[in-house]
Amino acid sequence: MDLRREPVRAGVTSPTPGREPAVKKFINHPDAVVREALVGLAAAHPDLRVDLEQQIVVRAEAPRAGKVGLISGGGSGHEPMHAGFVGLGMLDAACPGEVFTSPVPDQIVAAAKAVDGGAGVVHIVKNYTGDVMNFQMAAELSGDEGIEVHSVLVDDDVAVEDSTWTAGRRGTGATMLVEKIAGALAEEGADAAAVAALGTRVNEASASFAIALTACTTPAAGRPGFELPEDEMEVGVGIHGEPGRRREQLRPAREIATMTLEAILAAKPVAAGEDAIVVVNGLGATPLIELYLLYGEVAGLLESAGVRIARNLVGNYVTSLDMAGMSLTVCRADPELLRLWDAPVRTPALRWGV
Amino acid sequence: MDVALARAWLDAAADALAARTEELTSLDAAIGDSDHGVNMNRGFGAVRTALAGASPAGPGAVFTLAGTTLVSKVGGASGPLYGSAFRALGKALPEGAEVDAAAFGAGLRAGLDALVKLGGAAPGDKTIVDAYAPAVDAYDAALREHGGDGDGGLAAAARAAAGAAAEGMRATVPLQARKGRASYLGERSIGHQDPGATSTWLIFQALADAAAT
Repeated sequence: MDLRREPVRAGVTSPTPGREPAVKKFINHPDAVVREALVGLAAAHPDLRVDLEQQIVVRAEAPRAGKVGLISGGGSGHEPMHAGFVGLGMLDAACPGEVFTSPVPDQIVAAAKAVDGGAGVVHIVKNYTGDVMNFQMAAELSGDEGIEVHSVLVDDDVAVEDSTWTAGRRGTGATMLVEKIAGALAEEGADAAAVAALGTRVNEASASFAIALTACTTPAAGRPGFELPEDEMEVGVGIHGEPGRRREQLRPAREIATMTLEAILAAKPVAAGEDAIVVVNGLGATPLIELYLLYGEVAGLLESAGVRIARNLVGNYVTSLDMAGMSLTVCRADPELLRLWDAPVRTPALRWGV
Repeated sequence: MDVALARAWLDAAADALAARTEELTSLDAAIGDSDHGVNMNRGFGAVRTALAGASPAGPGAVFTLAGTTLVSKVGGASGPLYGSAFRALGKALPEGAEVDAAAFGAGLRAGLDALVKLGGAAPGDKTIVDAYAPAVDAYDAALREHGGDGDGGLAAAARAAAGAAAEGMRATVPLQARKGRASYLGERSIGHQDPGATSTWLIFQALADAAAT
């Protein structure tokens, strides 16, 4: 078959349904992106249960009697978070919402019913107005069904002032650390209150700061969320394509690493001699070569400060569609956190020790 | 306010939100995350579908079903906020096939109370409340002034509410956001019209249009 041949059905002018060439992405239709990506996730990872009806991703062996169920969720567009963190030693279920839109209560309740093994569930919620409201409504509904619900609120983004003048600090890069470390404790059989308390402790020990070099384009909007001149960067961005706290001239990576690390350590100090888990995270369109370059700068700065990087991750874990940019997360670690960080994990995006 | 008018209002709101999806999304792109138009369109489209398959006995049941559907289908902050407002409106209305303009006004205020309780926003925070609160005040003032007899009273009050919502919406432009995602921008949120206040105006304008015919 000659695939280069001109279509024979010349003269057909009406567009094929779903064929809208305006958005330059690998999609069929903006409305179907989340669902069709879940179809692909299910095909790639048969060890996950993907329920397209309820729009939830569940660990195959859930519910496990006596084990606390860890549930997270949020808008889609941050992949691999959260569905990529479902599996042994991490989440029991993920609830993906529409792109950059929190999931609805029905999804979260369906996830709780699917993973509750009698020991209750823990919600891991990023601090955004919509996420907090939908998880809160779901917690009440699940409670009515007799499921014990505890919650961890993640608000690690120190670019935002935590004050009465904002919705509070956003939940960003530290969400992955909370899910990994709390997930490891849940796997060991700890109760829901203990798992939630540990998740909160990880959040309190962590701080993040992000810089964007470009805006991202949601499939529905079809154009970048904001215009950014070639020689400028957005400082203090979130993970939903919104502009940052301020716009500055682009600077060398060393200065950017210094600026972000200083903001993080000012908010959550790590003393000389202490351990840290450090994540240099790409926001979606930044190549690994730049992330490693930045990690080298951060590692050098922390070494000068006498802080030991006990563990690290460099890569794309908490993304913002096709935004070019990076976030830095530093978590002050102690032996318990490091032990649980090292515990076995088997998910699409994180796997070690198994 | 009867079932037919309740349905006509939600239908008109769905039409308006569908027609203005792009505009709401552009407003949201400036200070939020570019999803408000799409989410509201999806939500009110789902309300239309849910109502088409239901036979509610009174306007209260229409609004309760609309609210429940919005909570289930929209997500984000606007789903719970608008959903709770419509549910509270529905539950506040007395039983029966028809309610008078004063009872409907009390229902609108119950919706505002539910929204404020859930979102914690005050007037001036650059949110839905900046359009909703003046709309309810204007509705009540119009009823007090002209009386609420028959559908004429409701139509005049709804017209006043839509006008006040528009004014409140325009007044969000110079405000700095203190709630929701726009608050992360700090001073950079100044100079942009709030998308939530804009969708609230569209919904009150739809009420005025439906009540006028």
